[in-house]
Amino acid sequence: MTDDDRVFKALADPTRRFLLDRLFQRDGRTLTELESELEMTRFGVMKHLRVLEDAGLVVTSRSGREKLHFLNPVPIRLIHDRWIDKYTERQISALTNLKNELEDKP
Amino acid sequence: MTTAETAQTTQVYRIYIKATPEAIWDAITKPEWTERYGYAAKVEYDLRPGGAYRALPGAEMAAVEGVPDVVVDGEVIEADPPRKLVQTWRMLMDPELEAEGFTRLTHEIEPIEGGSTKLTIIHELEGAPRLANLVSGGLEGTGAGGGWAWVLSDLKSVLETGKPLAG
Repeated sequence: MTDDDRVFKALADPTRRFLLDRLFQRDGRTLTELESELEMTRFGVMKHLRVLEDAGLVVTSRSGREKLHFLNPVPIRLIHDRWIDKYTERQISALTNLKNELEDKP
Repeated sequence: MTTAETAQTTQVYRIYIKATPEAIWDAITKPEWTERYGYAAKVEYDLRPGGAYRALPGAEMAAVEGVPDVVVDGEVIEADPPRKLVQTWRMLMDPELEAEGFTRLTHEIEPIEGGSTKLTIIHELEGAPRLANLVSGGLEGTGAGGGWAWVLSDLKSVLETGKPLAG
């Protein structure tokens, strides 16, 4: 499996996207905090966090006795810059131009 | 300040690059490298504890009206080439960012199996909400660049292919 495959696989699950959204809102959370927002066992949440970590989307750091989870947006950025950009650039700039043109009009 | 509060104001970015730790160290600390990716600033590092750090605008940025002669300043706290660089970091692009004061920036460089290197940026942004928004890419739509994720993506491109990302 390539790095990109791991990222897409990790994102292809609503619970894992929910966890990323929680970290986006407030970074550096413990497993206990993340678990409290999900109807799921601690073990289940740990499994999902492991998949996110393997994909590089979550980076952990020890702080005293706690393990903190941080969102790492870089893998998504890499896919955006190297792959998605290729297909969307033209449409997006056309839309941006249109928006600017419409908003400039009195 | 509790651990949880500190964590909320810390941002972590990690990337894997097919390059040696030495090459990555040079790409972070030498101006001939830093002007080739990301914001394309020219850095000046005195790589010892207490040494000065300054980032000067590259040609493209310097041409923009109102850009100061020094865009970021700070002080080296720990320099352990090619593994770890800890420093203070203050953005001088506008008075509001400058007023937020110095933040703490750490680069960790760690070789992994297979000839790749893991680069982790830890930016402690306590008391600097505007800067936190900027370095997380929150102002990209206004032309302020995509923050650390964008810088690292471009750095990877320069080190692995010799060329920055298009655009």
